[in-house]
Amino acid sequence: MKKTRYAPDRGLGVRVFGTLFGLGLLYVILGALLLALGFNAIFVLVLAGGMLLGQWWFSDTLALSAMKAVIVTPEQAPQLHAIVDRLVALADMEKPRVGIADNDTPNAFATGRSPSRSVVVVTTGLLRRLDRDELEGVLAHELAHVAHRDVTVMTIASFTAILAGFMTRSMMWGSMMGNRNNANGAAVFLAVMVVSVIVYFLSYLLINALSRFRELGADRGAALLTGKPTALGNALIKITGDMGRIPTKDLREMQPVSFFAFAPALSGRRGGGLEAILSTHPSLEKRLENLAKVAAELGQR
Amino acid sequence: MGFLDTVLGRRKPARPNLDSLFALPTAAITLQVEMDIMPTGRGSVGFRAPEGRAFADVADEVRALLDADGGPKVELTADDHGFDWMVVSTDPPDVPALVTDLHAVNASLVNAGFGPQLLCSIVGFTDPAGRSLAMVYLYKRGTFYPFVPDGEKRDNVLELQMRDRLTGELPMEQKMENWFAVWGAPGL
Repeated sequence: MKKTRYAPDRGLGVRVFGTLFGLGLLYVILGALLLALGFNAIFVLVLAGGMLLGQWWFSDTLALSAMKAVIVTPEQAPQLHAIVDRLVALADMEKPRVGIADNDTPNAFATGRSPSRSVVVVTTGLLRRLDRDELEGVLAHELAHVAHRDVTVMTIASFTAILAGFMTRSMMWGSMMGNRNNANGAAVFLAVMVVSVIVYFLSYLLINALSRFRELGADRGAALLTGKPTALGNALIKITGDMGRIPTKDLREMQPVSFFAFAPALSGRRGGGLEAILSTHPSLEKRLENLAKVAAELGQR
Repeated sequence: MGFLDTVLGRRKPARPNLDSLFALPTAAITLQVEMDIMPTGRGSVGFRAPEGRAFADVADEVRALLDADGGPKVELTADDHGFDWMVVSTDPPDVPALVTDLHAVNASLVNAGFGPQLLCSIVGFTDPAGRSLAMVYLYKRGTFYPFVPDGEKRDNVLELQMRDRLTGELPMEQKMENWFAVWGAPGL
């Protein structure tokens, strides 16, 4: 009898589904609002959609230039490519391009609109700090993001937030033009404004929750692929420990790529309460707990 | 990967294909007759040993199983990339027996639930100039490709000749990006 040790994590699946359901509800609310508003709203919709599509389409180019990363060939970085080659063969997926960013902050990210257009980037700081097994764990985590198509999923998920943000702003411009003088118009304007702000806030929370669950999913996928959850855990401890010392101002500038990064720009401290809800990455404790679960499954006889 | 898996952020592990390995003995004869490339009688199974007691037990069982029949010698070695290799040697070179033993290793790992941990299998050959080379079998794709190390580089010309000669006899890996190098792999 063949056994399987690779059953999906039901709890995680349910949580991801729940967040997506919430986001879907927000879409419906926003959609209804836009329909009620008529032509101008459609224009906003197209504009926001176009912007997001561009961001998604050029995600690899944008992230590479934002991080000042360069693509490296197997000759330039044989060790790195050897690790990626083996992981790709184990997982039977397409090999993404591999890049290095000359940056002492230890981090890694994956981006690209589809697995064949993907690029996995590590910083020189990461290469300096991690040993082979830990580096492999981090790369497996990024490859899991690629396999799970997290760039696409997060782009679609963030649509509500962007749209709501656009609407709030266009309402403001509209009011400055002063073309809504009657009382009825003012009431509608206020209602739209309030709904947009609420939708924006809710989608922000939901997107971050979704991002955290996707991170846990990528950690799990990486640990199952390499068979070494402990090495990945060690990498996390090393990186997040160092990250805590970096001033937050720098890190906010990294926000655009934060979704796909291995360790978030803002973390390292023990997350709890508000910080835990507003973070794109789960706390170190949560991630280690998640990895311990994988270790237990692998060790089961 | 299914749509639901993408939505939920997970993936099914790639399952190995063990059967195509049995096509290798005939291909070995072709190499021998047409290209003067002789089997060394050594081969290996490369896999990633996951942490934990369960896998260590399986590895011990496999070794005991293969050693018990007084057949080919089996040794377990680790490489520089964190992968483990079970190396099987036959003397005199006997490719069918070698493949049978490699398959026994695979089947034991798969039955214990560790199929996704299989990386590749290597069967060693030597060319007329005495260089060691290998046919590599990718479990997850069920395909073969040649690997001919030549000092620091690969002899791509010979690799392509071997591919052309063996197409039709073996499922050869079509995507060259997947012909990853196995420098100094045990069993080479």
